[in-house]
Amino acid sequence: MDDPLQIAGETFSSRLIMGTGGAPSLDVLDRALLASGTELTTVAMRRVAPSSAGSVFDLLTERGIRVLPNTAGCFTAAEAVRVARLAREALGTSWVKLEVIADERTLLPDPVELLTAAEQLVTDNFVVLPYTSDDPVLARRLEQIGCAAVMPLGSPIGSGLGIRNQHNIELIVESASVPVILDAGIGTASDAAIAMELGCAAVLLATSVTRARSPELMAESMRLAVTAGRLAFLAGRVPRRRYALASSPPAGR
Amino acid sequence: MQVIINGEPHQVTGPLSLAQAVALLTSSQSGLAAAVNGDVVRRAAWNSTTLSDGDEVEVLTAVQGG
Repeated sequence: MDDPLQIAGETFSSRLIMGTGGAPSLDVLDRALLASGTELTTVAMRRVAPSSAGSVFDLLTERGIRVLPNTAGCFTAAEAVRVARLAREALGTSWVKLEVIADERTLLPDPVELLTAAEQLVTDNFVVLPYTSDDPVLARRLEQIGCAAVMPLGSPIGSGLGIRNQHNIELIVESASVPVILDAGIGTASDAAIAMELGCAAVLLATSVTRARSPELMAESMRLAVTAGRLAFLAGRVPRRRYALASSPPAGR
Repeated sequence: MQVIINGEPHQVTGPLSLAQAVALLTSSQSGLAAAVNGDVVRRAAWNSTTLSDGDEVEVLTAVQGG
């Protein structure tokens, strides 16, 4: 069925956004990206290394995958804004996955710096996709200041702990009028399916695929899980019941 | 004079443009961005931007991440 994802007026037929971190090689990454069916994929911005063999940007360009630079590793709004501007210059896109983290141990977003950076970048005409905590109030504030989506975490980056507070994700989905993208914490396919069943518009994941025993196989499972979860959401699950409801007719026994 | 390029000090004689400083690091032409003392310099201005003694240049590119 035709059910595209729309972010800031752009249309994507895949609801799986991939990250590129953690893949053992560009070749493995390439096969995983193809298997995932993704059309939007994140990269980080780092100092040019003298002996850079093959570029992830060239790979994405070659595959026709839209690049989404992130501000990973930034601890302050000022740093994140600077990296976003560099990324716009380097990659020719005003889209940014805004990440402002509080500390190395948890990599949790710093809500105050995040909001400050988001405001500045929106003013500077960026399409801002903020990586945020699963706080419904912060998600609402990010939407109010003009972010093109909100991207709450399921659990800490790379933890594979899945969605620790499904209720909060539901609350965010309920009140958001921009796409809600579950970002971070996905461990396996069922986590991605649950995110979509909760009503998320898309899922962003990296580690669960790139560090799987077979990244290509896991990428395919994520593609299917996101599709399955989305269809289940659209179909509408039956209510949970305390007792049984016979599925065979009671009459004529 | 001395300029810092991606954290490394470089001794240079004579004027050095930002384009030349970038070329010291990489021959790549695409996917690059540069900042001088924290300010992003548009690519179109790399040739006309002359570095001064003590300038700190950052040259970034996309890598796997996120």
